[in-house]
Amino acid sequence: MQLTPEDIQAIRLSLQVGIVATACSLVPGFAVAWVLAFREFRGKALLEVLVSLPLTLPPVVIGFLLLLLLGRNGWAAPLLNTLGIQLIFTWKAAVIASATVGFPLLVRSIRLGMESIDPSLIQAAQTLGAPWHDRLLTVVLPLSMRGILAGSSLMFARSLGEFGATIIVAGNIPGLTQTIPLAIYDYAASPASTSMALSLCLVSVAISVVVLFLHENLASRLAGRRQR
Amino acid sequence: MKLRFEAEKDFGSFRFEAATEVEGRTIGIFGQSGSGKSTLVHLVAGLLQPDRGEIFLDGDCLFSSSRGVNLSPRKRRVGLVFQHAALFPHLSVRSNLLYGYRRTKSEHRRIDPGLLIDALGLGGLMQRGVGTLSGGEKQRVALGRAVLANPRLLLMDEPLSALDDTLRFQIIPYLKRVSEEFAVPALFISHSVIEMQLLADRVLTIHGGTVTGECSPDALARSAMAENRRGYTNLLQLSGASPENGLFRYRWGENCLQISDGRNGGSALYELSSRDIILFRNHPEAISARNLLECRVAERFAADHRVGVVLESGGRRLVAEIVRDAAEELGVREGATVFAAIKASSFRRLL
Repeated sequence: MQLTPEDIQAIRLSLQVGIVATACSLVPGFAVAWVLAFREFRGKALLEVLVSLPLTLPPVVIGFLLLLLLGRNGWAAPLLNTLGIQLIFTWKAAVIASATVGFPLLVRSIRLGMESIDPSLIQAAQTLGAPWHDRLLTVVLPLSMRGILAGSSLMFARSLGEFGATIIVAGNIPGLTQTIPLAIYDYAASPASTSMALSLCLVSVAISVVVLFLHENLASRLAGRRQR
Repeated sequence: MKLRFEAEKDFGSFRFEAATEVEGRTIGIFGQSGSGKSTLVHLVAGLLQPDRGEIFLDGDCLFSSSRGVNLSPRKRRVGLVFQHAALFPHLSVRSNLLYGYRRTKSEHRRIDPGLLIDALGLGGLMQRGVGTLSGGEKQRVALGRAVLANPRLLLMDEPLSALDDTLRFQIIPYLKRVSEEFAVPALFISHSVIEMQLLADRVLTIHGGTVTGECSPDALARSAMAENRRGYTNLLQLSGASPENGLFRYRWGENCLQISDGRNGGSALYELSSRDIILFRNHPEAISARNLLECRVAERFAADHRVGVVLESGGRRLVAEIVRDAAEELGVREGATVFAAIKASSFRRLL
């Protein structure tokens, strides 16, 4: 197994994109899950569809829509230009692509976790004098930890595999925006580089296995803490 | 505590419409499942909102559709003990107990956590997680948690129904003690006549979503006599047992009771079904039942086609149940003397 400096850069970038995308999505993901799990309002169905949409759309479509939004002449261009922010064809665009594609997975997991909380616990907190933000922090958040953990792992794993949307908005620039799947794609294009592609595949498998183990370990530790 | 309640709530298949005004320290709400007891509790706690009506607690308006008042549950200062404890699974016993206390304004903090924890016998459990507690311990923690929030009214929604009989009767003294020592008025929901007899000062009966009446716990037990499989349940608090020939002998009025399932030292609570008492007009010469009590008939009352006979001896009372024909044959009337035969094994020790 051999890895070129570009490969190592791709691995680092993949991890970086996955971590940043997941970390940035946690708070909004938690908020949207909370709204969907506990609030009743008009247009809730629309929000649900909107949140789940990236799950069903081809990633290439998402990438193209993001390009229309964030591109040099995109809908958000005036704002981005005023602020002096350049997103397209940088690693930040890869983060946005990963976050968009992985967001529904995160929200779904957190929401499932929240919906499994016994409603009488929240009612108990209410009658014990806790206002909504207090209940959110002291009851809902700790009791949806497993959902948050599962959602984060899933989203991180999805980020590692993200290809379609990323190649459109971030491009495939070695050392700059090239993540593991993009690098494999490059290698796979030339028959001489099969072993290089295979090396990166193995790295991919190893990272996934570590993430899954970490998730299982944390989840069982959380469950164990309840039993004490 | 004074609660004025007039509320309507339509659930589609079930309609709750109740108006009542009660005053007392421990009010029982009695009704079968599906009668609307829990709805009433949720409406008072503010976890459900009536379609129309008013709810006043000690003169303070908690809800009024006409005035547009609807205090949030956390501002009502009404504590709630759930059927299944509903303890926070991620917190220790201590954090559960103090959850409400820490969120109570200092001017409302009247109950000392240390004293309450002692009264509930929870001192040794403080650092434990709630997952390891037994059903009875959980319910005691739930009670403590609600009381430490210093509520003006404590609502208890069938707090004993998830426990088996032994545990149930072990918890009852704690409930009584907390309500008495810490002067917390309570609304106690149950479908058990015995729990009403043991805990409530007054009873509101509820049926089909309406409050159907208000009575004393004893009157409730009497009216339930005919329908209940065990008739009227006599509850006897007895103390100072002396063992005798394998039985336990207790003083009861001017008579003595001999009980199989006795207990040395301390006091014990027994239940005796009105159907386990046989009445004689004259002293039967020899009888296998170990208890033959000479009593005065203090009162008789009718329940369906049966007659309840209140027997008295030295200020203590028991209710026996006989059919109407038997009452006529025996000539049971107020002031008459009868002999009551009870088997030593008919007394069931609850505590």
